[in-house]
Amino acid sequence: MADLPGARGVTASELGLGSVAIAVVGGAIRVSTPYLFVSLGETLTEKSGRVNLGLEGTLVLGAMSGYAVAWLTGSPWLGVLVAGVAGAGFGLVHALVCNLPRVNDVALGIALFILGTGLAFYLGKPYIQPTAPRLPHLALGAWSASPQVRSALEINVLFMVGAALAPALGWAFGHTRWGLIVRAVGDNADAARALGYPVGRVRVWCTAAGGFLAGIGGAFLSLYYPGTWNEGLSSGQGLMAIALVIFARWNPARCFWVSLLFGGATALGPALQSVGITTHYYLLNAAPYVLTLVLLVGSSSTRHALVGAPSELSISR
Amino acid sequence: MRLSSAAETAAVSAAAFVTALVLFGLFVALRGLDPFQVYAVVARASLGSRFAAEQTLTQAAPLMLTALCTAIPARAGLLVIGGEGALVVGGVAAVLAGVTMAGAPAVVGGALTLVAAAAAGAGWIAAAGALRHFRGVNETIATLLMNYIAIALMNHLVSGPIRDFAQTLKPSSWSVDERFRLGEIPGTGIHWGLAFGVGAALVAYVLMRRTTFGFGVDILGGNPRAARLCGLPVGRLVLVTCALGGAAAGLAGGLEVVAVHGFASASLVVGYGYAGIPAAFLARQHPLAVIAVAILLGGIGASGGVLQRSFGLPDAATVVLQGLLFVSVLAANTLYGRWPIFRGRAA
Repeated sequence: MADLPGARGVTASELGLGSVAIAVVGGAIRVSTPYLFVSLGETLTEKSGRVNLGLEGTLVLGAMSGYAVAWLTGSPWLGVLVAGVAGAGFGLVHALVCNLPRVNDVALGIALFILGTGLAFYLGKPYIQPTAPRLPHLALGAWSASPQVRSALEINVLFMVGAALAPALGWAFGHTRWGLIVRAVGDNADAARALGYPVGRVRVWCTAAGGFLAGIGGAFLSLYYPGTWNEGLSSGQGLMAIALVIFARWNPARCFWVSLLFGGATALGPALQSVGITTHYYLLNAAPYVLTLVLLVGSSSTRHALVGAPSELSISR
Repeated sequence: MRLSSAAETAAVSAAAFVTALVLFGLFVALRGLDPFQVYAVVARASLGSRFAAEQTLTQAAPLMLTALCTAIPARAGLLVIGGEGALVVGGVAAVLAGVTMAGAPAVVGGALTLVAAAAAGAGWIAAAGALRHFRGVNETIATLLMNYIAIALMNHLVSGPIRDFAQTLKPSSWSVDERFRLGEIPGTGIHWGLAFGVGAALVAYVLMRRTTFGFGVDILGGNPRAARLCGLPVGRLVLVTCALGGAAAGLAGGLEVVAVHGFASASLVVGYGYAGIPAAFLARQHPLAVIAVAILLGGIGASGGVLQRSFGLPDAATVVLQGLLFVSVLAANTLYGRWPIFRGRAA
C-alpha cells in the first residue's frame, strides 16, 4: 500500500481518520434512507398494536415496481409513488388477513416476506438490464473545495423527506386526535373499542401506511443508491426494521437518529477498507444488531412487558 | 385426535391449498399460460420421474430440519424464527470440528462433525430460550437479531480466520476432511441429509407426543400459569425445546457442509431457515406433518428449472407459489371452528 498518505510523510492517522469520518457521514446519509423509511413505517404499524415482519418483501417489491415504472415512464417520482402504492397494497393484505381471528401476525409477515421477494424477482426479471432515470439530489457541499466533502454532502431528496417526516410523525402521535386514536388502539384495544373506535380499521390504515413508507424505502434502493434493480439489491434492511424500532423505542423522531447510526455502522466498513483497514469488516456490520440485542435484554424483565412498547404488540410480551 | 377434528384439519388445509392453486393459476394465466398445463408440469417435475423425486427429496431435507426449529419450541408456546442463524452456526461448527479432527477415524470424525453442528445450533437457540426464561426477552425478536449476528460471524470467519485462500471464487472456509463427507444413500441420488431429516422428525414426534416430557411441554404451551402451578420445570422445558429445535437447524447446516458444499460460505444463507417458519405453520407444528410439508415445498422448489425451460417462467415462479401457499394456509387458520359439521357431539 505505497499510495497511503503515510508513505509520503503525512501522518496517516490524521488524514486517514479525517477522510474516514467524511466517508462515514456521507455513507450514513446515503445508506440510512431506506432504514429511515422502513423504521417509520414499522413504528406506525407497531404503534397500532400489530407487527409486520414482511417489510423486507415490501421493500424489494417497492424497489422493483419503482424501477420498472421509472424506466417505463421516464419519471423517477412516478416510480416512487407506484412503489409506495405497491407497498401499501402489501400492507393491506397483511392487515386484512391479520384482522381475521386466530391468524399469527409474525408468521404471516414471514410468509409475505417470501411472497413479496418471489413476486419482485418474478415480475422484475425484464427490468434487470435497462437503466431507469435516477432520483435527483441536492449538492449541499458545493461550497467546499474538497471533492470528498462534496460527494458526502450530495443529499438525496428522499432523505430530506424522511428527515422531515420523522419529527412530524412524532408530533402527530403526541398532539393530534388521530395520533391518540392510534396509540389507544395499540396500547389497549379493549378500551379503544369501548370508546367506539374501530380497532381493526385503524390497524388496517396503519399497516397500509407503513407498507407505503417501506415501498418508498425500496424505491430509494433501486432509484438512487445503489440505483439499479437486481435480485441482490436489499441486504435485509426490511427485516431489520424490527431492530430499528426497538432501538428507537417506538419514537419516530428517534428513528431518524437510529437510522443514521445503523447507516453509519454499515458505511464504516467500506470507509475503513478504503484506507487499508480490512479486518473485522463483517463484525462491524453486526454491531447494530448486537447493540439492539443488548438494549432488548436491558429493557426486558420477567415481571413486566417490554419498556416503551405498545402493550397490544404480540412481540412485547 | 378425534375423527371430526382430523376431518376439519383436512378440509381447512384443502381449502387453503386450492385457494393458493387458484391464485397462482390466475397469476400464470395473466401471462397467457394454461394453468392446468403448468400444474401438470409441476407435478411431473417434482414426482414424475426418479430424477425428479430425487431432486424433490434433496430439497426437502433441510426444510424438514429448519421447520422443526420453529415447530418444537412452538409446542411450548414459543415463536422461534432463528432457523437461519442456527443453520449457519451449525455449518460453521461442522467446519471447525471437521477440520480439527482431520486424521481421526472416518466414522468417529464424521459423527462428531455432525454432533458439533447440532450442539452449536442447540446452544444458539437455547441461549434465546434462556434469555426468554430468565430475562423475559421476547424470543421472536431475539432469534431474528441472532440470525444477523450468526451470518455476520460466519462472513467474518470465512473472510479471514478460517478462509481457504485457494478458493478464489468467493470467500469460503477450509474444507472438511474428505473422509467425513456424507455421500448418497445407496441406490439413490439423494444425500444422507434426507435420512437425518426424517429421523429427526420421527424422534421429535415420539418425544413430543409419546412421553411425559412432551406432555409437559404441551401443558406449558397451552397455559404457562397452569404449568407453573402443576410444578412443571418450566425453565427446563423451555431450554430443552429450544435446544432441540436449534439442534435440528444446526444439523441442517452441518449436513449442507458435509453432504453438499464441503465448506462453509455465503451459500449456506439461501433462506432454508426462513422458509422453515411458514413450513412449520403449514404442518400445524406437528413433527410428522413437517415431513409431508417439506416434501411438498421441496417438490415445488424442484420444479423451478423445468418451469423455466417449458414456459419461460422466471425461476422465482416457484417462490411465488410457495408464498401464496404460506399466506393462504395462515389465513385459513381462521376457518377452524367455523364449520358446524365438524363440531361433533362434544361441542
